[in-house]
Amino acid sequence: MDMRTPLALAANNGHIPRDIAKIDAPLAVRGMTVSYGEKPAIFSVDATFEAGKMTAIIGPNGAGKSTLLKAALGVIPSLSGEVSVFGNPLGVARDRIAYVPQRASVDWDFPTTVIDVVMMGLYRKTGLLSRLTGAHRAHAMACLDRVGMADFADRQIGQLSGGQQQRVFLSRALAQEADLYLLDEPFAGVDAATERAIIDVLAGLKADGKAVVCVHHDLATVSRYFDNVFLINVRRIAEGPVTAVFTPENLHATYGGRLATSHIDQLDLVAGA
Amino acid sequence: MGAEFVQFSLTPILIGILASIACALPGNFLVLRKQALIGDAISHVVLPGIVVAFLITGSVAALPMLLGAAGAAIVAVILIEAIKRLGNIEPGAAMGVAFTSLFAGGVLLLEQSDTSSVHLDVEHALMGNLESLIWFKAQGWSSLWDLEALAALPHELGRIAVVCALVIVLTVIFWRPLKISTFDESFAQALGLPVGAIGFGLVVTAAVAAVAAFDAVGSIIVIAMFICPPAAARLMTNRLETQVTWSIVFATLSAILGYVFAGYGPLWFGAQNAVSAAGMIATVSGIILALACLFGPYRSRIGVGREEAA
Amino acid sequence: MDAFLNALFLGAGYNAALVGIGAALLGFAAGASGTFLFLRKRALVSDAVAHATLPGVGLAFIVMVALGFDGRSLVGLLAGSAVTAAIGLVLVEWMSRKTRLSEDAAIGAVLSVFFGIGIVLLTVIQTMSQGRQAGLEGFLLGSTAGMLFQDAVVIAIGGTLAVAATFILRRPMTLVAFDPEYAAASGYDVRKIDLAMMGLVMAVTVIGLKLVGLILIVAMLIIPAVTARFWTEKSDTVIWSAGLLGAASGYVGAAISASAPALPTGPIIVLVSAALFTLSLFFAPARGVAAAVIRRQRFQARVHHRQGLLALARQEPIHDKLTLKVLGRDGLIRPDGVATDTGRAMAAKVARDERRWDVAREVHHDVSLTGRYDGLTPIEDVFTPDEIAQFDVVIGKPTAVEGT
Repeated sequence: MDMRTPLALAANNGHIPRDIAKIDAPLAVRGMTVSYGEKPAIFSVDATFEAGKMTAIIGPNGAGKSTLLKAALGVIPSLSGEVSVFGNPLGVARDRIAYVPQRASVDWDFPTTVIDVVMMGLYRKTGLLSRLTGAHRAHAMACLDRVGMADFADRQIGQLSGGQQQRVFLSRALAQEADLYLLDEPFAGVDAATERAIIDVLAGLKADGKAVVCVHHDLATVSRYFDNVFLINVRRIAEGPVTAVFTPENLHATYGGRLATSHIDQLDLVAGA
Repeated sequence: MGAEFVQFSLTPILIGILASIACALPGNFLVLRKQALIGDAISHVVLPGIVVAFLITGSVAALPMLLGAAGAAIVAVILIEAIKRLGNIEPGAAMGVAFTSLFAGGVLLLEQSDTSSVHLDVEHALMGNLESLIWFKAQGWSSLWDLEALAALPHELGRIAVVCALVIVLTVIFWRPLKISTFDESFAQALGLPVGAIGFGLVVTAAVAAVAAFDAVGSIIVIAMFICPPAAARLMTNRLETQVTWSIVFATLSAILGYVFAGYGPLWFGAQNAVSAAGMIATVSGIILALACLFGPYRSRIGVGREEAA
Repeated sequence: MDAFLNALFLGAGYNAALVGIGAALLGFAAGASGTFLFLRKRALVSDAVAHATLPGVGLAFIVMVALGFDGRSLVGLLAGSAVTAAIGLVLVEWMSRKTRLSEDAAIGAVLSVFFGIGIVLLTVIQTMSQGRQAGLEGFLLGSTAGMLFQDAVVIAIGGTLAVAATFILRRPMTLVAFDPEYAAASGYDVRKIDLAMMGLVMAVTVIGLKLVGLILIVAMLIIPAVTARFWTEKSDTVIWSAGLLGAASGYVGAAISASAPALPTGPIIVLVSAALFTLSLFFAPARGVAAAVIRRQRFQARVHHRQGLLALARQEPIHDKLTLKVLGRDGLIRPDGVATDTGRAMAAKVARDERRWDVAREVHHDVSLTGRYDGLTPIEDVFTPDEIAQFDVVIGKPTAVEGT
């Protein structure tokens, strides 16, 4: 397109590289729109998630946080949008992604054991028929051990507490040995010990240079746990380092009147710009 | 157990066992996916399938009948899915609309066409005809090594054996994707598994099993075997592998006991005639399920022996 | 055709007229009570109930013969079927509540096992000396051919009673179907009403056995309710329209069936019902497929139209083929992808609206207003011209998006 004159009206999106083929970030999404029925759940969202960083996706209920993750993974269909994973199309790079769905999305009455669930994480390595060896089992046990669940390996999953179920899910993601970890509300309804354990594991991943993205709902812990935030309310509001973006203005733009000013005062926010 | 057993009971029992196992295997996954009633829907549309096949080909040969039934089952599955998606209707109601309409169409076609002269009727489709599948040429156990006698085995036996083997092979090959996508669909999708195709493949496999089984045992056994042995097995264990094993045991047990009770039970009560073997097999599977509901070690949702999580 | 019109206007004989009226009444009761099941997402419970009638029919026959009566008495057979149907229903409830099995497994187990028991009993009856002409197989698919006058009367009276019961139960049933928690809070005993509704479903099933048979009665309970749902969102309207659809299917079906031989009543009623369903599925104004497809396409075009304008406003290249197509169609870009004058003007407007939204969301804290910043809602729909003028004061003078 021939565009000789400079931008007359800069949109509020800042400078986002449009050509998705040139981005080699762990996960980049461009122009993603998803709707349930006649209302957009997310509208024309651009997002880029970096390696070696922990990013929180935050926004009010129904703002499209989980939708963004699911659409990026192709779990739900989108009306428009492109996705790139480490500079490749999604289909090529699936091996490098580990996804932790919401705990409530599965039937915990399913007849299977903890170690079995973790071994599901090995599927892309083992494929349909290759035999699961002792090495596979040892690997799964090591992943369970990292979340402090090794003693529960042979329990039926329905017998676990909510926090333990979440740790098993995280452990399954670890077994995938991915480079990009996408977690949907990993801290929802878990006990303090589990939250601690999960954060330790995620910090370890980050230290190894992995990218970690969490849908997160607790504003109070954002600046302690995360490096980057992505603020969304149907549309992308802001993204960047917590130190720059987690401001009262942006929170207001994201949550509107839903967030009482007194509440904002208690948060560990960056001083207003 | 001598020559008479081999001649009159061996093949029906074998056919009953193979049909039961072929249905129970996919049934395990259908029950866990809360799609148990797909089995119900499939077996109801077998009738319109065979009627249409008869009207098109004009013959009652096995192959067109089987193809017609399988086609109807697939049409029904697609129709259910379409009604569910297009009309935004919950699965149970969508099934209810689809299979009853197809069944009604089948009955109407049957009444309209001149099929009364041939061996094709509603009761046969519903109840099957297990008792008639005898091995006429058999002289005794030695016939098992007699090629000429073996060649005269009822065709149904070969057919259901092939289908049962196919179902077993498919279950083994696709065990992992089936298990993962049944337990956690969105995780399976994120892995790149074709979740939709897996679900459809499962239903088509179930349809093939149902079609091969119905000819011999009728559609009641088919529904009962899809649901009762897997449901009873679920109450015996908390592991999928063990559950599937139990379901095979229960399916086999139902087939054997059902056939024996149907054939010999009335004699014990002084009656003269046998009762429907298909009906009795379904009844036995129900009794097994009832026992599992009352005494199965993992019958209750909370889980017996649940330890307080540390 | 004449025969059909004749039957439609009750001219095909006394029996046929009674059957027609009975079918209409039964259809009404089935449609209305089926709505309740459908809205409670338990449509297929009716399938279990229906199949569970078969052993009752068989047992009733055996008992009646053993007691020296005529085994074919319709009232006796129906009473027997009601007993086992009730047992089946209780078992479904018990299994899904007390064990870890889900309701669909319980339904499937009960329907197949009861049906199996029923078939066993039928083969027992066939061997009884009085059983040869029992004609109990008619209960599988229904048969009105050769129906006795008393039987037609039983169906007509049963249909009337079922409609009366529907009328009496209409208020609590509407409430419980649409909002059980509210119903419980307003002092209704939801469990009891559930039971009453199940009782009504059972009664409909039993009355319908002779007419349409136990396999197809399920259709009369489910199809009208699903059909009615396409036409209305209002609770009592759904129930009454389902009733009317059911009545129409029953009456027209019975008339068609009476007009020619080899047109069995049950299947014809169900097929009439299915035809109404198909029409509604595709052509219902709001929820029909045709309407939904058109809406979906328009919606997707709107999304791409808007995204394209945003890209033009930011002077970003557009890659998405559908976006290019939509913009071209709307005359906003030329075939070579360069924005037209209209395109530039609209892009400027879009860019300005985005700025206005920014201001609006800073100024207003009311989520009901700013929460509509979803990319598609025009700002004029949310704020008054005066408010927008105020935003413009903050932004400054409008400027055009340039480009050649």
